[in-house]
Amino acid sequence: MTAYLIRRLFYAVLILIGVNLITFWLFFKVNTPDDIARMQLGAKRVTPDAIAKWKAERGYDKPLLYNGAMEGAKRFTDTIYFEKSAAMFALEFGRADDGRDIWHEIRTRAGPSLAVQLPVFIVGLGLNISFALLLALFRATRFDFASQVFLVAMMSISSLFFIIAGQYVFSKLWHLVPISGYADGLDSFKFLVLPVGIGVFTSLGGATRLYRTIFLEEMGRDYVRTARAKGMSELTVLFRHVLKNGMIPILTGVVVVIPGLFIGSLLTESFFGIPGLGSYTIEAIQSQDFGVVRSMVFIGSVLYIIGLVLTDISYTLVDPRVRLDG
Amino acid sequence: MNFLPVFLWTDLLLFLLLAVCAGYARHAARHAHLRAPWVRVRQSGAGMASATVLTAFTLIGVLDSLHFRPALDAKPGAATAVQYSVEVRSVLDIALQAVLGPLSGKSEKTYSAPLATHGFSREAREISDSAGTLRTVRDYPRLVNGGAHLADPLRDRNADIAVHAARGLAFACITWLALAFVILAVAEGGADGGVGQTWRAVWQGRTARPWRAILLTLLAICLIAGLAATLGSRYHLLGTDKVGQDVLTLALKSVRTALIIGTLTTLVMLPLGVLLGIAAGYFGGWLDDLIQYVYTTLNSIPGVLLIAASVLMMQVTIDANPAWFQTAVERADFRLLSLCVILGVMSWTGLCRLMRGETLKLRELEYVLAARAFGVSRLAIIVRHILPNVMHLVIISAVMDFSGMVLTEAVLSYVGVGVDPSMTSFGSMINAARLEMSREPMVWWSLAAAFFFMLSLVLAANLFADAVRDAFDPRLSAQGRRRRLPTQAAT
Repeated sequence: MTAYLIRRLFYAVLILIGVNLITFWLFFKVNTPDDIARMQLGAKRVTPDAIAKWKAERGYDKPLLYNGAMEGAKRFTDTIYFEKSAAMFALEFGRADDGRDIWHEIRTRAGPSLAVQLPVFIVGLGLNISFALLLALFRATRFDFASQVFLVAMMSISSLFFIIAGQYVFSKLWHLVPISGYADGLDSFKFLVLPVGIGVFTSLGGATRLYRTIFLEEMGRDYVRTARAKGMSELTVLFRHVLKNGMIPILTGVVVVIPGLFIGSLLTESFFGIPGLGSYTIEAIQSQDFGVVRSMVFIGSVLYIIGLVLTDISYTLVDPRVRLDG
Repeated sequence: MNFLPVFLWTDLLLFLLLAVCAGYARHAARHAHLRAPWVRVRQSGAGMASATVLTAFTLIGVLDSLHFRPALDAKPGAATAVQYSVEVRSVLDIALQAVLGPLSGKSEKTYSAPLATHGFSREAREISDSAGTLRTVRDYPRLVNGGAHLADPLRDRNADIAVHAARGLAFACITWLALAFVILAVAEGGADGGVGQTWRAVWQGRTARPWRAILLTLLAICLIAGLAATLGSRYHLLGTDKVGQDVLTLALKSVRTALIIGTLTTLVMLPLGVLLGIAAGYFGGWLDDLIQYVYTTLNSIPGVLLIAASVLMMQVTIDANPAWFQTAVERADFRLLSLCVILGVMSWTGLCRLMRGETLKLRELEYVLAARAFGVSRLAIIVRHILPNVMHLVIISAVMDFSGMVLTEAVLSYVGVGVDPSMTSFGSMINAARLEMSREPMVWWSLAAAFFFMLSLVLAANLFADAVRDAFDPRLSAQGRRRRLPTQAAT
């Protein structure tokens, strides 16, 4: 077990290095800092001096990978790759274009993101599993058919519509909750109800259909037939056997997204004005702040990779058949 | 009329894709084992109804993909060669202009509600009263084109709308009947019994193909098209947007963008996913490790962020090379194409994993072992034994991914990394509608139009994908299809 985990962790670090190289290639090699400077300065003010100044201010005036002008180890450390990309492993992200420290921003904004995403995750998972179980219980009935139609329709509606419609009905028409904003502590409840509700609603279509398929597949297995043959009631079969076994693929499947909850949701946060990481990212994309986008790509990948390792661990915990020592 | 055909990259690729599909259809029609699952798709009512809707959308998209630049009127006596307009138009534009007349383009000043004869907001204008003095009044201005044929709009509008709507619906019904007769005569002509018996069989759902579902869907499409043709040529059926553009035209033009995103992304994704997946599964060893490493790495980067970063970088490249593009449309088209490529490069990982797993299973089967024992080369084994046996998964995932891509486009356009701002798409319509929703009174029609068109496209794609998956999934074998799970009695 330990040996397996160490191997997986080693693999995780390898992937992280890959991510780091891809982002470096994308942000510095595909388009050089010169191109970016030209775009950010605008067509009118582009002079070689202005570009040089822009690059010097941000520390982009160094060679990309190898600095021949320096001595010893500095040949590799005094470069853009080392200072901008490799430094991210030490959580040094530098400053955003507005001068603020990116790592500080990330730490303060992770809280609000989590305050939206965690309830969406938990409530959504509970609701989707219950609904899927209900559909599995009433399979091949009119209720099942109507629900299937409803779920396909839900899947076909863009989440943008859910957000716009939800804001219109609950905030503008009925004045139940504020249209957007955020507050700390318990006050945040009234700001969070609508985004969480819409988040849960949006995930309903796809997830419930998937879970229903998983439960139905489980119901076709021999042990279920045996349980029925023993005279167990349908409900007992469903809760004692099907639910337990169906939960294995469901839980191991969702573990991977748990660390990603910190990242927040781009759409929800920007529509509801929640000062989380999602809205931070979207603002960075719209103002073309490459430093922030690069940092968020890195953070997002780190969280996903943590999710992968957690998935591996959860397999061993939840399914006793999986032996990883061998 | 003189014109210069313009072949945009996305046009060419779309036609290439259609040609590939046609070639596959010809090939599949000749082989019973390839035909069988499609026959099952053809028997599914929901599948064929959605296929009818998709065909209508594809027709719109194809017409909108035939681009050209009209010739400018030469000055009399000038000996110079014909000059072509820099404005690129499509066959759909011409068709809309022919049907809707002047209402198809940018014909009003600003917002107007659906079927309105007057503007949406008051405007100051000067009128001279009976004494001949000028007065400034603020009222709703008469629209330039919407309902312009009415002498007294306040009195005549409702009656006029009813008359033209009825005429449109009647025209639609006649067209539909004619179409239905032709279709049934061609498809069920061999069936014994007269026309009346064929129709009765269709109505009672006793035909081998679900003609009832197809014809009812066709009727709905005809009715909508009939209304759009008769009412749309006199009023703005779905209103106008901020700059006075007809929303119906915008929505129809958005269909092409959605189709291109949905299909061309697949074109990029399939070769990558299939080739790498099969190579990883079949050869194993270091190649497998490498490919797994690449897709895990790509997967671990948050999708929207990587797309956003790539699109930002692509925009830098486009801005740095203005000489590449002759017209604004070509530049917008390049951005659309690169968006498809970026989306494709992001989304091949799922298919690749699927292919790898399936190939790992197939590799150990007897017929592959037998082929290897006979000394068949590895390439031949892959092409003749592995590839045909994973094709069903390729088709399923290609169809299933389409709707997801259309939805993704809307989100990306909202984030600001979607299609070029000059290109109409559902995403840009929704994005504009956000600001309109906060107006008082609310401008709801752009959002409603985008919602209606997008829902019908994506819903049809999802239903069709379900039908395809049910038909192709070997786990639901011919027996399994009939042997249902025991249904639940009341507990």
